[in-house]
Amino acid sequence: MGDIDDPFAGIDFSQLELSLQRPRTLVDFLLNLLVGGMTVLSLVPLFSVILMLFWRGGQRLSLAVFTELPPAPLEQGGGFGNAIVGTLTIVAIAVLASVPIGLLTAIYLAESENTRLSQVVRFCAKVLTGFPSVLAGVFAYGVVVVATGEFSALAGAVALSVLMLPTIILTSEDAIRMVPSRMKQAAIGMGATPTQVVWMVELPAAIPGILTGVMLAVARAAGETAPLIFTALFSNYWMWSHGQVHLMQPTASLAVLIYNFAGQPFPNQIALAWAAALTLVLMVLGANLVGQSLSRRQTHL
Amino acid sequence: MATVVEDVVLDCHIKELHYGSFKAVRDTTIPIKRNSITAFIGPSGCGKSTVLRCLNRMNDLVRGFRFEGHVKYRGHDIYRHGIDPVAVRRFIGMVFQQPNPFATSIYNNVAFGLRLNGFKGNTAEKVEKALRGAALWDEVKDKLQKSGLSLSGGQQQRLCIARAIATEPEVLLMDEPCSALDPIATRHIEELMVELRRRFTIAIVTHNLQQALRVADFTGFLYVDTQNGGRTGYLVEFGESRQLFEAPAHHHTQQYIRGEFS
Repeated sequence: MGDIDDPFAGIDFSQLELSLQRPRTLVDFLLNLLVGGMTVLSLVPLFSVILMLFWRGGQRLSLAVFTELPPAPLEQGGGFGNAIVGTLTIVAIAVLASVPIGLLTAIYLAESENTRLSQVVRFCAKVLTGFPSVLAGVFAYGVVVVATGEFSALAGAVALSVLMLPTIILTSEDAIRMVPSRMKQAAIGMGATPTQVVWMVELPAAIPGILTGVMLAVARAAGETAPLIFTALFSNYWMWSHGQVHLMQPTASLAVLIYNFAGQPFPNQIALAWAAALTLVLMVLGANLVGQSLSRRQTHL
Repeated sequence: MATVVEDVVLDCHIKELHYGSFKAVRDTTIPIKRNSITAFIGPSGCGKSTVLRCLNRMNDLVRGFRFEGHVKYRGHDIYRHGIDPVAVRRFIGMVFQQPNPFATSIYNNVAFGLRLNGFKGNTAEKVEKALRGAALWDEVKDKLQKSGLSLSGGQQQRLCIARAIATEPEVLLMDEPCSALDPIATRHIEELMVELRRRFTIAIVTHNLQQALRVADFTGFLYVDTQNGGRTGYLVEFGESRQLFEAPAHHHTQQYIRGEFS
């Protein structure tokens, strides 16, 4: 029975062909090119910096630079072992201080309905992400260095934790909010207390996002120079002597070492500054890779 | 009752369909006839949605998708090199399992496809026609500027159908269009499908056997082959719905229709 009219009987099938003469197909093609081109372009600065670092810093890299102390002017050899230890120590203390505070704040922000307090805290955290790092240094100088009368690793850690806190708060809050509410409801429906919901359901599911946020914060803090100049200052010696670790005295860090040595007129120091820069970048990269692999292992979402 | 015309609009022949190294579907041939409703039924994971999504190249969006075989739309293979999948979807539209209106007004939702295609005519008229076609006009005619998301689930699904038919495609693919809806909304959509069959050719995936029997002229039963450790779907039986439900030729079909497994 062919009595139903067939509006597609005479359809022109060339319409199905891919044709750049069709305006919207052409626009689509050109924009694809543009997007791809810009993506490649955005990689240029990153890759040129990394290439430069490997080229200039790689020449001076050896086992000795990791184990020896910074050389005096005109002295040959030497390294920045104490600065690596110092950076790791300062960042570790900063993480220990900022992660608990930041994570608990994030839980409050994610769980509380929009209270006045949560709005204020979220606003402050957003403002603080753009906080000039020099001011974090000045703050820690005023609070710790002046109070203790000493430049110290602890003061440096306080300055860095001020910088890390907002990133940790905001990314952790996002990560917790991303946990689907159906999971939360399932736990509530089984008689879980709010604490159990957060601890047993939301945090495990949010861990990848939280770790990513912490790693971002660490990566930013590890490279900061300005706040450390005001707080940890620098030292040409190891952090320990006579079997004791000294957290309350001036402490070397890679960032300040690069800053100091790059400005000196001695070729050995300048070469060491390049090598230290490469080391710092590789450490930050390593931290990011560890964070990513941790987060991937935990993902069940 | 509209008469079923015997010509095949979509001739689907899947030899093998892979997602990466996973073989999802094999040996499935389904002819979809003009102005008819063709249902795909089968247990979960048998690949019926995958087969449906082949018919307008939605699977192109899945990474690692590989297709061997052909899908001929009125004799023209839509998988041939040089075919523009965007243009294919203009003729073969889709309605999804979850109602998915855009976060904009009811009017703009329906007009979306017209704007994509640079329609230069009376948009308001087309929108009204599509909303009437989807049996939604009377319920929304006084609030066309309200958000599409303010409608109930069943209304949202009819809005999605209106959106799909506004550009007047020839074929409508529906992927479990009622599974997120209550029984009354489901009945509305089913009545609508039977009505739409006059103007469109419809292929539908459904979990609901009664639904297939009620609305579909033809039904294909797919089953999943778990031999060799894989989960590969394939067509067991295809025919007129009444025939398939009353006198299934194949053992697996009988079992499934009797509800012995799902």
